[in-house]
Amino acid sequence: MDVTTLLIILLVGSLATYFSGDKWAPKVALLFGLTAFAGSICLLSQYNLGIGLNYGKAWIANPNISFALQVDGLAIAMLLLTTALTPIIIYSSFGNTYKNSKSFYALILFMTFAMSGTFLASDGLLYYIFWELSLIPVYFIALVWGNGDAEERKKAVVKFFIYTLAGSLFMLVAFIYLYQKAGSFLIYDLTRLQLSSTEQFWIFLAFFLAYAIKIPLIPFHTWQAKVYQKAPTVGTMLLSGIMLKMGLYSVIRWQLPIAPIAAKELMSLSIGLGLAGVIYGSIVALRQKDLKKLLAYSSLAHVGLIAAGSYTLTLDGLRGAVLQMIAHGFVVVGLFLVAEIIYRRYETRKISEMGGIRAQSPKLTSMFMILVLASVALPSTFNFVGEFTVLFSLSQVNIWFAVLGGTTIILGAYYMLKMFQHVMLGETNAKIFKDVTFNEGLSLVIIIAVLFFFGLYPKPIIDLITPSLENILTQVNRFN
Amino acid sequence: MNTLIAITGLGVLCLLFEILNFRKAIVPITIVGLLAILGLTYSEFNAPASYYNNMIVVSKFSSSFSALFVVLTIFLVALSHDFYEDHQTKISDFIAIKIFMLAGAVAMVSFGNLAMFFLGIEILSISLYILAASKRTNIKSNEAGMKYFLMGSFASGIILFGICLIYGAMGTFDIAEITDWSRSAELPSWFPIGISLVTIGMLFKIAAVPFHFWAPDVYEGSPALTTATMSTLVKVVAMATLYKLLTAMNADLSDAFINIIIVISIASMTVGNIMALKQTNVKRMLAFSGISHAGFMLMALLSISNSAGNLLYYASAYSLAGIAAFAVILYVCKNKENEDIANFNGLGKNNPLMAAVLTGTLLSMAGIPIFAGFFAKMVLFNQSIQAGYLVVVIAAVINSIISVGYYFKLILAMFGKEPNEEVQKTPFVFYAVAVVAILLNIALGLFPSVVLNLLG
Repeated sequence: MDVTTLLIILLVGSLATYFSGDKWAPKVALLFGLTAFAGSICLLSQYNLGIGLNYGKAWIANPNISFALQVDGLAIAMLLLTTALTPIIIYSSFGNTYKNSKSFYALILFMTFAMSGTFLASDGLLYYIFWELSLIPVYFIALVWGNGDAEERKKAVVKFFIYTLAGSLFMLVAFIYLYQKAGSFLIYDLTRLQLSSTEQFWIFLAFFLAYAIKIPLIPFHTWQAKVYQKAPTVGTMLLSGIMLKMGLYSVIRWQLPIAPIAAKELMSLSIGLGLAGVIYGSIVALRQKDLKKLLAYSSLAHVGLIAAGSYTLTLDGLRGAVLQMIAHGFVVVGLFLVAEIIYRRYETRKISEMGGIRAQSPKLTSMFMILVLASVALPSTFNFVGEFTVLFSLSQVNIWFAVLGGTTIILGAYYMLKMFQHVMLGETNAKIFKDVTFNEGLSLVIIIAVLFFFGLYPKPIIDLITPSLENILTQVNRFN
Repeated sequence: MNTLIAITGLGVLCLLFEILNFRKAIVPITIVGLLAILGLTYSEFNAPASYYNNMIVVSKFSSSFSALFVVLTIFLVALSHDFYEDHQTKISDFIAIKIFMLAGAVAMVSFGNLAMFFLGIEILSISLYILAASKRTNIKSNEAGMKYFLMGSFASGIILFGICLIYGAMGTFDIAEITDWSRSAELPSWFPIGISLVTIGMLFKIAAVPFHFWAPDVYEGSPALTTATMSTLVKVVAMATLYKLLTAMNADLSDAFINIIIVISIASMTVGNIMALKQTNVKRMLAFSGISHAGFMLMALLSISNSAGNLLYYASAYSLAGIAAFAVILYVCKNKENEDIANFNGLGKNNPLMAAVLTGTLLSMAGIPIFAGFFAKMVLFNQSIQAGYLVVVIAAVINSIISVGYYFKLILAMFGKEPNEEVQKTPFVFYAVAVVAILLNIALGLFPSVVLNLLG
């Protein structure tokens, strides 16, 4: 199978969903989501057999831009994450009915298309185009199908859009500057440039602005909580599960290899910002009364740790970061799904209005418990593998970084378990709470199965990503 | 040359139709005629020539820009039939004026002599004065026409004065001779003054800051279709002409001149965008947005020797998006008193297709990829960084971010608010023009080389 076929499947799927009408749209979208997943499995097996999958074709002669896609272990891992989560997200949304659902599901698939493109692109400008394209669908998903007060929601999404666009436009300027030097936008040429350290400093900053806003890192995180809260849960899942991984992935793929000297000089600062996010996110999460907002801040803490791991510039750091990206993607989708399941029954997101669900809904309670434990990196879950590797890499740089990073586990355990206690336990609630439906249960079970499977046996993923991460590290160290 | 003759002929024909009582068929026949003229322009593309002692010089530059103008006029004429529904008796006048305006536009990009340039600009402007004031009973339209006339003739006066000084310095109106002379070492001091005056006059027409004060009032007061004409066709005509003038007058612009262009460019972007943020009338908003786009296009003058293709691309992207946007605005505000943003509330529900088109045009103007607006900005940034004007690019980037603020105000109204009235029936042409224009825009975005390399 060709790698472009995968992108075409998603794009065609998006169109087909739109034209299939409101009634059939969810099913058509799910079908195409599953097809894309099968496609990426197929790519994976081809990649493992050693078949070259890179794709390149000249697109625009002047300026020199090509439609170039690169398939290495890292890209495949991210692609698998995207295409595995998309069907789960679509399937889990079957419990809700959306007005004008044909546009809704078409936008979801279009966003998956753009995100997959971002992970695959190896031409800087093509990558930028996909990066921007993925912004449009989520903007509309949050704006049109979001919840809460319309005025507040509008403010939140516009802020989100302007923030991210601002960041990425500076990245575009950096790319154009690099193009003047290299004569092409291909990553192959860009990572071979011998830039002076001043040039690298500014380029690093321009990239950093784009990625720090997307990930988000402190102090660029102010858009996040509101958008997560106001977007429909599907949008929140797409944002937190996949889209913010675009920022983290880009750090590893583009920022570090292009500006390694600056990355080394600014290492303490970037790690510090990541860790500041860990502590800040955890502390703010402690005080949240809204379930979705609490999860948003916990997500801020986790991605802060992942970013800190990538900026260590060690193999362990990068590897842990990628593992944790995948693990976090799954767990956060699961947690937001639980929040949605509760909302479907109680129509509230306020933690104080929940409680006493356990007796009525044992299945949901146990699955939620597992997800909570996974999110606080209980050994034998996938998150443990990732988080532990990242902490180990931080300790190699400076033991205090690891200590600070470790607070994410302690504080995380505290606020997550406290939240669990308030939401699920306590005296049995007078309001009736139906246990999970088949649809909800299946989505959660798949997520939990993935978390446990790779928690006990992470070798396949580690084997998949390590060679490409080693490649990236050779590029990073080319100045030594 | 054939293009120009054919256009003038078509204009006269339009007037004859009035006498022959052919009013019903006038729009389709004019469109067919314009399509034929487009073919004629295409045939001239590879056959550069000059006519009547260099009065008219047909080159790749002139024929490709002429083709763009013809395409834009086709859209504008197509919209005319429904727009002038209540004035069926005058429709031939309106269309004939538009065609004559096109003749002026083509003359402006293919002049070989400053006299011809001035003739072109006057033909274009006088047609526009009439169109601006064409809603006779509306006081705002009268005001717009008057204001535009006063400002426009003032600008023409300045241009004429500049031309006189240039003639005084060079002893000729012929562009080719002026180009030769301007390379000589000793130039009289009034030659640069003449160039500056002509440039100022053209900046008036483009509505660049600080010569922009007429634009918002005139845009708001004029009938919507005239506003569409001014903000798309006329703006790119003036920009292309300024480009051509400056390339012809002096191959190497002095540093002081470049600095002034930088200041005007940044000021236009910034003032246009910041003022647009506050507008509630869509036409006014697009007027200010047009001012900021003029600032972007002025960036092309910074590396004047090789930016013709980029300017053509930017002009096409901007004007096609503008046409599509105005097709939607005309539809939405058809039977409304004003063009307030509130009129767009709930368009996403009432008419998803039109809402999608308007969203597309706004995204294109904001410079979001796959729409041509993205590549238009990108190539300008690229070329300006290459020439070493990073400051301008940073200013442009910041302005692109600001512009999102007001473009998205419309999108928010369309998708975030409830509709306040029943769905109204849409005439087919509005759909057709809006969809075709945005599709052309997207096609340019997917295959930018087609236009970028035309003038390479």
